[in-house]
Amino acid sequence: MMKLTVNDRAYDVDADPDTPLLYVLRDHLHLNAAKFGCGLGQCGACTVMVGSEAVFSCLVPISVLEGRAVKTVEGLGTEQAPGPLQAAFIDEQAAQCGYCIPGMMMRAQALLEKNAAPTEAEIRRALMPNLCRCGTHMRIIRAVQRAASIKSGRSG
Amino acid sequence: MSDGPDLRSPSRRRVLASGGALVVYFALHPRLVLAQQQPAAGNALPGSLKNDPYVDAWIRIDADGRVTVFTGKAELGQGIKTALIQVAADELTVDPARVAIVTADTERTANEGYTAGSHSMQDSGTAIRHAAARVRELLVECAATQWNIAQDALDTVDGVVRAQDGRTLAYGALVAGTSLHVQASGPARVRDPARHKVVGTPMKRVDIPAKVTGGVAYVHDLRLDGMVHGRIVRPPSPAATLRDVDDVPVKRLPGVAGIVRDGSFLAVIAAREYQAVTAMRALAKAARWDERPTLPAMDRLFETVKALPARDTTILDRGTFPGSGALIEATYLRPYQLHASIGPSCAVAYFSDGGYTVWTHSQGVYPLRDALAEMLRVPKERIRCIHMEGSGCYGHNGADDVAADAALLARAMPGRPVRVQWMREDEHAWEPFGPPMIDTVRARLDPSGAVAEWQFDVWSNTHSTRPGKAGNLLAATHLQQPFTPPPPQPIPQPEGGGDRNAIPLYNFANARVVHHFIPEMPLRVSALRSLGAYANIFALESFVDELARAAKQDPLEFRLRHLDDPRAAAVIRLAGERFGWKDYLQAPGRGRGFAFARYKNLGAYAAIALDVEVQRETGLVRIRRAIAATDSGEAVNPDGIRNQIEGGIVQSLSWTLAEEVTFDATRVTSVDWGGYPILRFNGVPDSIDVHVIDRPGQPFLGTGEASQGPTAAALANAVADATGVRFRQLPLSRARIRTAADAT
Repeated sequence: MMKLTVNDRAYDVDADPDTPLLYVLRDHLHLNAAKFGCGLGQCGACTVMVGSEAVFSCLVPISVLEGRAVKTVEGLGTEQAPGPLQAAFIDEQAAQCGYCIPGMMMRAQALLEKNAAPTEAEIRRALMPNLCRCGTHMRIIRAVQRAASIKSGRSG
Repeated sequence: MSDGPDLRSPSRRRVLASGGALVVYFALHPRLVLAQQQPAAGNALPGSLKNDPYVDAWIRIDADGRVTVFTGKAELGQGIKTALIQVAADELTVDPARVAIVTADTERTANEGYTAGSHSMQDSGTAIRHAAARVRELLVECAATQWNIAQDALDTVDGVVRAQDGRTLAYGALVAGTSLHVQASGPARVRDPARHKVVGTPMKRVDIPAKVTGGVAYVHDLRLDGMVHGRIVRPPSPAATLRDVDDVPVKRLPGVAGIVRDGSFLAVIAAREYQAVTAMRALAKAARWDERPTLPAMDRLFETVKALPARDTTILDRGTFPGSGALIEATYLRPYQLHASIGPSCAVAYFSDGGYTVWTHSQGVYPLRDALAEMLRVPKERIRCIHMEGSGCYGHNGADDVAADAALLARAMPGRPVRVQWMREDEHAWEPFGPPMIDTVRARLDPSGAVAEWQFDVWSNTHSTRPGKAGNLLAATHLQQPFTPPPPQPIPQPEGGGDRNAIPLYNFANARVVHHFIPEMPLRVSALRSLGAYANIFALESFVDELARAAKQDPLEFRLRHLDDPRAAAVIRLAGERFGWKDYLQAPGRGRGFAFARYKNLGAYAAIALDVEVQRETGLVRIRRAIAATDSGEAVNPDGIRNQIEGGIVQSLSWTLAEEVTFDATRVTSVDWGGYPILRFNGVPDSIDVHVIDRPGQPFLGTGEASQGPTAAALANAVADATGVRFRQLPLSRARIRTAADAT
C-alpha cells in the first residue's frame, strides 16, 4: 500500500510503486482531469502539481510521492462552484476539444502561485511544455491573464 | 471497485462508477426512427430531414416542458451541441437552459452519416430548425383547437402558446394531446431571424464546464463496473507480419487477464490500465515479426507518387487556350501529415448475449457499426455504437480503429467491458495520414495583367478510407483471415476530395482543371481536416500571389478584379481593412501575406492576412498578427465561429511551418512529438483577430475547415514578401528557409 495525498485528501493506494502517478489518479482514484497524451513528457496533457511544481504525472512514479501534496484540476473547484482559474477558462471559452486544458490549467496554476501577475511573455514561456492541437492558445493565454486579474483584485 | 449494476441486462439503467456524473440509459426510449427509413416523396426536405422525415426523430418534449434535441452528428469539440441547442431554442421559443441534446447513437438518433466536411450546421442544424418549427406549428394547432380560435391569433413565448387575451397553454400540457410523430412534408415556417434571441449570440458552450473541472467528458473517462483494460501490440511497420511470440511469461505478469492473438493482431487485457501497459511492453519484446521494405524513398516521394497509375478527370473545362503571352508555371508539394490528436484514440466495448455496445469517438457511428458487423460477423442490429467525445480528431484518426480493437477484445472477454486506449506511438504511426499531393499550375496573363489562361493539375490519393467496410478497420486487416480494404474512390465534385477547391472561384475565362486520382497508396491515408482543399488552396492562392507580382498589381486588388461573388469580395475587403493592408509599412525581414477561399466553393468564405517576421539566419518565422474575415451564412454562435477560424489558423500554421511524416524504407519514423513536432506557445501568432460577417436568414455554411487552406497560402505569401524567396514545398520548415536564405 502506498500513501498518497491528492487535493488535501489522503489515500491508500494498492499499486506497484513504479506505477506512474497518472494511472493511479485515473484508474485508482477515478479522477478524470489529468489525461494520457504521450507517456513521454512531451505534451503536458497529464500535468498536475506536486508541491508547488507542475510535473508530468505520466513520468512520476508514486514511490517518490509519499508525504508530498498532489494537486489536480479537481482540487481547483467544481462544476457547481468553479475556482478562479476554472471560471476564467469558462469565461474565455478557452477550449475546443478541451483534452489538453486540465494540463494547461495546472501548469498555469503553478505559475500563478509563484507569480500572481505574469506578463503575456511569462505565460507563454510557462506553458511551453504543453501542446494544444485545436489551436486555442490565444484563449488559454487570455484565460490565465483573466484568472490573474481576478486573483489580484483587478477587474477581469 | 464495487460490483455495481448488472452489465448483462441491456435494458437496465446504469450509473457509471465515476462519481455518478454520467448516466447512460439503455433502451429507455423507444426507438425513434428506423435508420433505413426512406425519405418522404417529393424529397424537398431541408437538411437531414431527408434522412429521417419524422419530426420526433429530432425534437421531443416531455410533459414537464423540457425539450430534447436529437442529432446524428457528434460533438468533436467544435461546439456543435451548443449551436444546435441555440437553433432549437429560438425556433421553439424556449430558454436554451431547458433544452437537452442527445448526439450520435445508433439506437437513439437519425443516421446522419459522418460528422465531417463542415456539414453539421447545414445538415443537422437545418433539419433541427425545420423540425422544431414544425413542432411549434403542431403545438399552436393543438392550442387553437382546444381554444377554438384561429392559429393566426396565437403566438409562442418561453415554452407556452399564448393567445392575444393572455391565456396560455404550456408545451408540456399540449404534447399530451398531440402526436409529434408526424413526417415533415417540406420546409416549415421558420421564425423571422429578427425575432431570434439566442441565435446570433455567443452563448457559452455547454460542454466546457465538465472539461475544466474533471467531469466525465470523454470516452477516455468512461468507467464501467468490471471494466478491464486492453493494449495492442502493433506491428513495427506497415507490412510486418507476426512470426511468433512466446506469451507464457507475459501471462504470469500481475493483473493479466488474457492475451488475444489472431494473425498479426496481438493484444493483452489486464485488470488495471498500467498493468496492461506493462504487459503490452513485455509482449512487444517477446514478439518476432517479419518486416519488408515497402515504403518509397522519402526524398523521392513526390516523383514516386506521381509515377503511379492515375485516373484523370477534367473537372473544369472552360473557354479556349490561345497560348499568347508568357507561360508562368509552378509546382506545389504537400507531404504526408498527421491529425496528431493530443489524446490517443480510445474506445470501450462490451459483448454479452451475442450483442455489442461500443462507446466511441468515431465521426460516424452508423458506418462504424456496419464495418464492425462485417468484421465480427454479426448482424448490425446486434451492435450499438454510442458517440462519446474524444480528443479533437480533425478528420479520420484512430477513432474507428480503436473501436475495432476494443470490440475484438470484448469478443474475447464476454461480460466484461474492455477499454482500449492507444499509446502515443500507435496514434502517430498508425492513424491514417493526410495524403501527399502535387499541384502544378500554369497560367498566362493578358496585356492588362488579367489571367488569360489557367491550367491546374492535382495528383492525389483518395481522401477518404473511412469505415463502412471491415477492410477500413486497421485490426481487421491484421487478422488471420484478413479483410481487404475496399478499392479507394475519389469523392466526386462539387465537394471533391483530392480535388477539393482545385476549381478556382475566380472568373478566369479560359480555365482547365484536371484531377489525377491515384488509387495506389504507399501509406494508409484518409480524411484530414479540409481534405485536398488545404494543399490546393495553398497552391492556388500562392500562385495567384505570384501572378499578381508578375502583373505588378496589389494582390488584394488582383483577386477582386477576378471575382464576381460579392460575398467573396466582402470578406477580402474586410480582412484588408482590419489588417491595414493599404497602410502597411515594409520593414527589413518583415512581410505581409494574403489569401482567400470559399471552402469547397460552396461553404464558408474566409480571407486571411498575416504579418510576419523572418529571421533568415535561423529560419524562424514569427507571426506578429493574423487577421481573418469570414462569412458562414447565418452565424448561430459567433464566438464558436471565431474559435473555429482561430484554431484553424493555428493548426494550419503548424502544418505549414513544421509538419511532415517521416519514414525509412520499412518503418514510419515520426512516432512521437519529438519526431513530429507541432507548434508550441512560442510559435503561435502574437495576436489573432477574427471578424465574422453575419448573414441572418441565409443558409448555414459550416465553418470548421474554412481557414486551413487560406492560412497556408497567406503564410507562404508573407514569407515570400519578407524574404523574396517563394516556398512551394510544405512544410516551410526552418531548415528550408535557412537553406534558401543562405543561397540568396
